[in-house]
Amino acid sequence: MSGEALLSTWWGPFVMILVAGWLATDIWRWLGVLAGGRLREDSEVLIWVRCVATALVAGVIAKLILFPQGALADTPMALRLAAAAAGFAAFLIFGQRVIIGVSVGVAVLLAGWTAVLQLN
Amino acid sequence: MPAHGDINPTPAPLPPDTAPGRVWMVRGARAAISIPAMILTAAFVGYAGLARESGLSLAETLAMTGFIWALPSVVVLTGAMTSGLGLIPAAFAVALASVRLMPMTIALLPIVKIPGKTKTWQLLIASHFVAVTAWVYAMKHLPDLPKEGRLPFFIGFGATVSSFVFVMTGIAYLAVEQMPPMVAGALFMLTPVYFLCSLWGAARLRADKAAMIAGLCLGPLFFLYVPGLDLLWTGLIGGTAAYLGTRVLRRGIS
Repeated sequence: MSGEALLSTWWGPFVMILVAGWLATDIWRWLGVLAGGRLREDSEVLIWVRCVATALVAGVIAKLILFPQGALADTPMALRLAAAAAGFAAFLIFGQRVIIGVSVGVAVLLAGWTAVLQLN
Repeated sequence: MPAHGDINPTPAPLPPDTAPGRVWMVRGARAAISIPAMILTAAFVGYAGLARESGLSLAETLAMTGFIWALPSVVVLTGAMTSGLGLIPAAFAVALASVRLMPMTIALLPIVKIPGKTKTWQLLIASHFVAVTAWVYAMKHLPDLPKEGRLPFFIGFGATVSSFVFVMTGIAYLAVEQMPPMVAGALFMLTPVYFLCSLWGAARLRADKAAMIAGLCLGPLFFLYVPGLDLLWTGLIGGTAAYLGTRVLRRGIS
């Protein structure tokens, strides 16, 4: 069954969420519990697995910033990049506190956005 | 919710800082009222907007939040569903985005598990709360607690954060249409910046940081040139390159 055909039924999305969402996510947590103690946390395999996982999530981050959906898509790409860079820089400079990074990032976005709207 | 009476020691003469599991669960729930939990809630509020824009119903959005409970995986599945990906490729993409939960769970295990006493099913249930926010908090704060209190504390923390986020996501889904575009935009921006900071904060090895940088650079490139499978390639190529590169730095070519 193709994705479109599955999603066009009322139950299709829920099968999708249970199998491709719940199972595909929780299986790793369960495997972690079952493998825990046997696999050393600093084993080479785990370091590689974590690298692949980290790169993948970083790819998600980059896509959310460069190719966003919804209201954010109306803002200039340069502004979103600047906001993310400023937020991350602030996070690094001020003792790796997430709240500071997030606040600065959002503040830069809103300030720039207001400026862009004023100029137009 | 597991019965926590089971894992408590029988109330023999207890040392002064040992409280029953219920008490630790409540303490965990109270600790959940925290800044990281607030940021996560705001990020899920932003996600509710994204879900609505992507055409998901309220029930679907809530099912995703409750069942998956890891925002990157939720975002990946939403993307897969909007681009009409089939069940198997979608499961594959989400599974790849969620692999990191396994090493995270493995790392958490020795902290919460009391060998010979903690039951596996209790750990399986608790493991559902493993996601960046609760995990970062747990790795940092649980070692300061007495061993008996850690698992109930973690469950109390995780259950509180996820129920609160669940409710707020539902409210946000209903309210997002009335949201001014700037508020919605700011909430959408919150997720990537939050991930950026917390992923870096959770990275302990040079390899993790290299992988993060590789993923940030390769993600958009692969999205433009191999759309659809872009995340899989980003993870495999970026992650393997980061692993091999830092491995050579660590131990030379061998």
